[in-house]
Amino acid sequence: MNAEMLLLTALTIITAATPLVYAAIGELVVEKSGVLNLGVEGMMLGGAVSSFALLHLTGNAYFGILGGAFAGIFLAGIFAVLTLGLQASQVATGLALTIFGTGLTALLGKSLVGVGHSGLQKLPIPFLSDLPVLGRLLFQQDVLVYGSFLIVPLVAWFLYRTSAGLTLRSVGDSHDAAHALGINVLRWRLLATLFGGACAGVAGAYLSLAYTPMWVENMTAGRGWIALALVVFATWRPGRMMFGAYLFGAISILQLHGQAWGIRVPSQLMSMLPYLATIMVLVVISRDRGKIRKHAPQSIGKSFYPTT
Amino acid sequence: MIKNRKLLFQLAVSLLSFAGASLLVNAADDPFKVGFVYVGPVDDHGWTYRHDVGRLAIEEEFGDKVETTFVESVAEGADAERVLRKLATDGHDLIFTTSFGYMNATIKVANSFPDVKFEHATGFKRADNVSTYSGRFYEGRAVIGTMAGMMTKTNVIGYIASFPIPEVVRGINATAIAMRKINPDAEIKVVWVNTWYDPGTEADAAKALIDQGADIIMQHTDSPAPLQVAEERGVVGFGQASDMKAYAPQGQLQAIVDDWGPYYIERTKAAMDGSWESKDTWSGILDGMVQFADYGPSVPDDVKDAANLVREAIVIGELHPFQGPIFDQSGKEIVAEGEIIEDGDLLGMNYYVQGVNGSLPK
Repeated sequence: MNAEMLLLTALTIITAATPLVYAAIGELVVEKSGVLNLGVEGMMLGGAVSSFALLHLTGNAYFGILGGAFAGIFLAGIFAVLTLGLQASQVATGLALTIFGTGLTALLGKSLVGVGHSGLQKLPIPFLSDLPVLGRLLFQQDVLVYGSFLIVPLVAWFLYRTSAGLTLRSVGDSHDAAHALGINVLRWRLLATLFGGACAGVAGAYLSLAYTPMWVENMTAGRGWIALALVVFATWRPGRMMFGAYLFGAISILQLHGQAWGIRVPSQLMSMLPYLATIMVLVVISRDRGKIRKHAPQSIGKSFYPTT
Repeated sequence: MIKNRKLLFQLAVSLLSFAGASLLVNAADDPFKVGFVYVGPVDDHGWTYRHDVGRLAIEEEFGDKVETTFVESVAEGADAERVLRKLATDGHDLIFTTSFGYMNATIKVANSFPDVKFEHATGFKRADNVSTYSGRFYEGRAVIGTMAGMMTKTNVIGYIASFPIPEVVRGINATAIAMRKINPDAEIKVVWVNTWYDPGTEADAAKALIDQGADIIMQHTDSPAPLQVAEERGVVGFGQASDMKAYAPQGQLQAIVDDWGPYYIERTKAAMDGSWESKDTWSGILDGMVQFADYGPSVPDDVKDAANLVREAIVIGELHPFQGPIFDQSGKEIVAEGEIIEDGDLLGMNYYVQGVNGSLPK
């Protein structure tokens, strides 16, 4: 394997990890606020179909990204109305959102099947893109990849370095205590849920605008579930989440390269790996309460009934 | 609580009577019900899409005498059995199960519903009420393998494969045999993606193959993503199951197009007039089940001529894609000149021939 090929492989890994980073960082914030939204897959599909539709209608991929984010926000809004407003079960509603999203997008996207577009263009950053190796790897990407590099540190900074982030975490850890302090629990959870929706929508937009610029039914093929697994794998920490997304991306790409080289890797095992890793992390968490569990939001998945 | 129970009871009674009434209505003018089970979404623009075109051909042909339904994206395995039972209990008379992995579920459910007729695509298990059918897609592969052998400059053909089942292995081998006849230096690199349908992973596999020197991409998966990657990277490829020109106007050299419509109409007609019996159908280019799109803009005339020649030779029976001499990966002759691998052996093919890189996953 020569240097050029390593670079090309690394570029493919970035492409594979980017949608996971967006979807998982959104879900991480949602879960930190104490809400478990299993509808990531559905919201990603919503983002994917709307962004491709807008690209098709306007010819502008940037409108597509916006459209994807708004589609995600819209679907997350439905989830919020049901779970935060009407106190429906978060698990059931999230699952329903995924099933609903899969069907709805298939219906809406009918006329977009068989349409080809060139998709999101690369946007090299002046000067930096001329750097050897790093320039091509990091600074000759499209705007969504740059965004994925920035969003994780930003979210980490927000959660752990700002008072708003502290409030959000307190809502997720003990909604009763937060409520007693006069914090509007439902409003914080609503905002977090909508942010998660926007991120999942952008993740979907990346799939249909940049990864494979097309719309075909159910094109996320389970990436929403991997993002959900990633959040647990990362024990709700943004940095580890980013690491995990790149690790999962690298494993899936390297096994394809390995096969083309003639190295036998059982691909079934590779597709199981993200979930196996997550189960292992879950086992470790449950054993080591003190250390790892302190990052897990304590009220996750529980409905909050505001009492006066 | 008691009130609720009463309400539930009333609800159940009214539902039951409604169901009964609708059953009676159904019995009055009973359209012939044909069900389809698809492995991917209808809009995959590939394998499943072509089956659905076949289903629509039935509707076109018989009008309101036939009612068709389909269930899409049904996982191969336990879920398939549940879906099949549901279709059979819903009063379907004829059910097409359109993926290899539905084989055992089809046989099992057919056993419990002897009055329902089943048609399983690409499998090899039959019963009194289960027929099998498939296209000799390897004939199409021989044609595009010829083209690939002539057009590759790097002598590396990238092949994205789904699952190591005989159907897929046969396609790889047919390609390799045809390619090697033209170009003894060319090799096929195979990447198994372990799915029929995942545009992202299919695209990743195409990128990996192109990064490793492939200048022609072939696929035995269902989405147009690999071809789109080929177009973007400036290499060429072949459409799979349907014409995928829209995704690669420059890059698609040719596409093998499945045409199930005539078979579906014939079998529906037979099931309706009572002449249906269990059989195995394996049709190729000659019967029109395996068709082709148009040549892409970058195909030179001599390649078109050579491809047409192979196609004609297969149709008139002068050439069989698995006609000796055929060599295994070590170069040993496994089929002597003039001999042909028989259908039974083709259906169980589980080895690579010369020209394919790597070893077959077991």
